[in-house]
Amino acid sequence: MNYPLIFSIAKTHLVSRFKQSAVAALGVTFGIGTFITMIGFMTGLNDLLDGLVLNRTPHVHLYNEIKISEKQPIDFITNPAEELSIVRSVQPKFNQIRIHNALPILDFLNKDKRVKGAIPQIKVQVFYKAGAVNLNGILNGIEPLQEDRLFNIGDYVIEGNVQLLKNTPSGIILGAGVADKLKLSLGDRIYISSPNGALFQLKIVGIYQSGLAEVDDIQSYVNVKMAQRIMGQSESYITDINVKLHDLALSVDMASQLSQQFNVSAIDINAANAQFDTGTSIRNIITYAVSITLLIVAGFGIYNILNMLIYEKMNDIAILKATGFSGKDVQYIFITQAMVIGIIGGSLGLIVGFLLSVLIDNTPFKTEAVPTLETFPVNFDPVYYIIGIIFALIATFLAGYLPSRKAKNIDPVEIIRGQ
Amino acid sequence: MNKNIVLKAENINKYFRVPTLFHVLKDISFEIEKGEFVSIMGKSGCGKSTLLYILSTMDTDYNGALFLDGEDLSHKSADQLAFIRNQHIGFIFQFHYLLQEFTVLENVMLPAKKLGIKSLEEIEHDAIEKLRLLGIADQAKKLSMRISGGQKQRVAIARALINKPSIIMGDEPTGNLDSKNSEIVFSILKELSEEEKLSLLVVTHDIDFAKKTNRIIEMEDGRIIS
Repeated sequence: MNYPLIFSIAKTHLVSRFKQSAVAALGVTFGIGTFITMIGFMTGLNDLLDGLVLNRTPHVHLYNEIKISEKQPIDFITNPAEELSIVRSVQPKFNQIRIHNALPILDFLNKDKRVKGAIPQIKVQVFYKAGAVNLNGILNGIEPLQEDRLFNIGDYVIEGNVQLLKNTPSGIILGAGVADKLKLSLGDRIYISSPNGALFQLKIVGIYQSGLAEVDDIQSYVNVKMAQRIMGQSESYITDINVKLHDLALSVDMASQLSQQFNVSAIDINAANAQFDTGTSIRNIITYAVSITLLIVAGFGIYNILNMLIYEKMNDIAILKATGFSGKDVQYIFITQAMVIGIIGGSLGLIVGFLLSVLIDNTPFKTEAVPTLETFPVNFDPVYYIIGIIFALIATFLAGYLPSRKAKNIDPVEIIRGQ
Repeated sequence: MNKNIVLKAENINKYFRVPTLFHVLKDISFEIEKGEFVSIMGKSGCGKSTLLYILSTMDTDYNGALFLDGEDLSHKSADQLAFIRNQHIGFIFQFHYLLQEFTVLENVMLPAKKLGIKSLEEIEHDAIEKLRLLGIADQAKKLSMRISGGQKQRVAIARALINKPSIIMGDEPTGNLDSKNSEIVFSILKELSEEEKLSLLVVTHDIDFAKKTNRIIEMEDGRIIS
């Protein structure tokens, strides 16, 4: 097989009918360009939405759940295999809210190789006080820098920052809803009352906005030590441990293992956010379905143009065959044309898709839900560019294959005698 | 087998099956020697073109045996036959079958490039030489759709010669040309046969043309009658 020769014949055919070749290539460009743009935009949005929840959700969350004892006192003296015991009106067992031995557990977790980081959190029920008004609230005692490193809390602090909180022992990052209701801003002071009635004055070093009004109206952040002080508890008082893993997939196993090992409740991220996976995969399916449809349309365009070309080039095909080109040579000439259209159209499509993505990426887009977002989110993952070009090549190959097979089987005698 | 025999046909029979069974060629046998200029004559529909396409290996639907340079061609695959056509058979058609979008030179070079034995420079050199032999070297860089009918036919002859074939076959090579161009084309063919010892087999209607060849094979109703 003489590829340079076949390629040069294919090239001459394409160049001498530049307009039609260009239209066919543009079909592919359009298909691939749209695919790249759509998938970049869609997955960018997906990542953002997932990130909204997943970034700030611990992979494994350890806490003490208030629950009913699995083994009721009667079960200690009866044999469930032989006797049936019925207990009515079962009450939950009194349980400490704090995690028992929390500091050693934290040490243990931070030494585990699978763990990216494990940090304590202290949840305190408080009232925000303003004159006669008491607003219900929850304070989260956190280690500001660690919390930011692992759960990106900094992304949601719209005024002030987490470093300030770290530097200010009696600082608070106030929920945007609370700040709004109490007409408070950065630098102001706020009084809160603890569950046992003590009053504390805190300095506002940041405003926090998650985008969920229910959260922003209630939740605020203080330092771990401050939270412990508000509770009047020692350093070992820790109500929650949030764990971030290197590999998200391990969270289910980790959760059940930790729950058994330390006798605490452990919830994994999948159980906490099952619906997000579903949403993501459905959006992906839609994107792929639309893109594949576009490519199929482009493929039909190529198929049509090559079919016409072959009818016009009957004479050429007959001459080539008469002068010693085999059916396969002729077939390769036309497949080569399809593939050249595919490669050029597809590459242009990648460029067009990239440029459109850049355009979208720079389009201003402000939303309360995501304070850090300035423009539309776009994903520039090279994987989609690779998928795009492979799509283009497969579609144009199939579109070229059928007409080229016809060209292969043309009987030159019929053409030559037909004139 | 005699070394001097270039092409040999033995008992070739051919049927058309569509629209009805029709016996086109009946027991055709003949030989062509090296350097011979043979014409096939006959009325329309006597099967002479059909015979030519069988001899050219493009039509493989026949019974009988066909030898080129002593090699049996009747049971070769389509790809093998394409290779043999490329190397050993030159073709000239009634209509000017050139690739329209290619230059004259590219058209002439094409079969040699396909054969791929010589380097590109050698092929180009050969092609220009052939064009010069046929008196159209000055047209080499023109697109083949931009030259006259007589010139096109000469380009076709140059293309047929490029791989130094054993035999050149023509289907009414002058059928579509005026008398002056016919004359030129004939004299070129005659010269090739005499000087280069090239074997030629030409199907023609033109009795004047045929009379000037070495031998006339006359056909009627699918048989050779003389």
